[in-house]
Amino acid sequence: MAVKQTTLIKAAPWALTIAIFLIWEVICSGLKIPDYLMPAPSAIWASGHEYAGPIMMHATQTLFTTLAGFALAVVVGMLLGLAVGASPLIYKACYPLLVGFNSIPKVAFVPVLVVWFGIGTIPAILTAFLISFFPVVVNVATGLATLEPELEDVLRSLGAKRWDIMVKVGLPRSLPYFFASLKVAITLAFVGSVISETVASNLGIGYLMMSASSSMNMPLVFAGLIVIGVMGVVMYELFALLEKRLTGWAHRNPNAPG
Amino acid sequence: MSFVSFENVSLSYAPGGANAIENVSLNIREGEFVAVVGPSGCGKSTLMKLVSGLKPPSEGYVFVDGREVGGPLKIIGMAFQAANLLPWRTTLDNVMLPLEIVEPFRSNLKKEKAKYTADAEALLAKVGLAGYGDKFPWELSGGMQQRASICRALIHQPRLLMLDEPFGALDAFTREELWCMLRDLWQQQPFTVVLVTHDLREAVFLADTVYVMSKRPGRILVRKEIDLPRPRSLDVTYTDAFAGYVHELREHIGRIRES
Repeated sequence: MAVKQTTLIKAAPWALTIAIFLIWEVICSGLKIPDYLMPAPSAIWASGHEYAGPIMMHATQTLFTTLAGFALAVVVGMLLGLAVGASPLIYKACYPLLVGFNSIPKVAFVPVLVVWFGIGTIPAILTAFLISFFPVVVNVATGLATLEPELEDVLRSLGAKRWDIMVKVGLPRSLPYFFASLKVAITLAFVGSVISETVASNLGIGYLMMSASSSMNMPLVFAGLIVIGVMGVVMYELFALLEKRLTGWAHRNPNAPG
Repeated sequence: MSFVSFENVSLSYAPGGANAIENVSLNIREGEFVAVVGPSGCGKSTLMKLVSGLKPPSEGYVFVDGREVGGPLKIIGMAFQAANLLPWRTTLDNVMLPLEIVEPFRSNLKKEKAKYTADAEALLAKVGLAGYGDKFPWELSGGMQQRASICRALIHQPRLLMLDEPFGALDAFTREELWCMLRDLWQQQPFTVVLVTHDLREAVFLADTVYVMSKRPGRILVRKEIDLPRPRSLDVTYTDAFAGYVHELREHIGRIRES
């Protein structure tokens, strides 16, 4: 019974995805919806097959800009998060600015980037960075700021400096928060890079979709959407795995005592 | 010469605000086991912050080992109601944490790693945690975590152990087991203990001297020496003398709560 339950849970995401595609296919062919309105999964598959070369090329570009922007976001977000979490002064000073900046729709910022850097790769990387660094900052800062006061007392009474407390307790403690934020940040980074490619690039999945839709090639547009989705899921799972490996202590068995 | 002494100490957390403790004077001998009891919010934890140098007094003087306290003292070990072990470290690494901070251990840690590890393992064995060193804290029961927490407080051989309701969250049987553990540790290797507690039986069983504090602002109302023979076994808690002490302290607390 228990084995059945776990296999069911493992199979569930695949089953649901396949079911959705099947229903989609049945509705499209049953109601005879034309491909230029809503392509059936079979048409999308065929289109993906036909344009496999260009899709690969553009997908590689999108993956590259996304990862570059994401890497930038991780480094900057981590440093800023450490500063904000460690010092109440920096926290007070930065927070309104950070929140304000995060409220700006990044698509509105792409034209500015284009003026500064021209169209293409750099605005895509920067948009991915701008959209994804915020959750990293907030999570790292939260991990540092929620240190138990008693533990801090124990360490300070031993003569620990701020730096000691940060390295021995603050950093490891904020790691689970950090990894949780990576999963969110990587998916946001895809949003950022594709937005930028859609508006201002001649490379990347975003651009591919724009040009396909302007020639009413809807199956290819949907193929692009699905490729982005798949890349997002794969990257998310990768970071989820990394998180589990490195901070297993934070996801302990709830049945364990204590 | 007393080891810890308070001279007319008051502390208010906000300047000009209400005092958390007021006009406290007390003297603790080296090696004495002191318990502080009182109603909740009477400033018992404030007392700990003053002794350990985490807070300077607003008025009066705090002396430890003949010197005025002017900052964190490294000769102090602390443990609290929550064990506060770091979940990413094994029990052994948790116990050894103070050695990574306090001098001279900190500088010698690399050289003397094997010796320090052996010391920590010996200490764990003393409190009944032999073989649990490589377990993670969340694999231990609440009582075991608290034992490890007390090991962490003692690993750097402090001369003063400060305990803030360390057994408050444990069930009655585990609590009595840990009383005996603490008693044995203290009798094998004497150090000074300040135990803050709500539990009068705990105070009488363990301490040489019990101080009763008033409601906020905390003042010391009663100093009671517990004249029960050592070593004390749990049986002593069923004697008339023991009951007499507990009863007397309970009456003081009752009067404070009514006032």
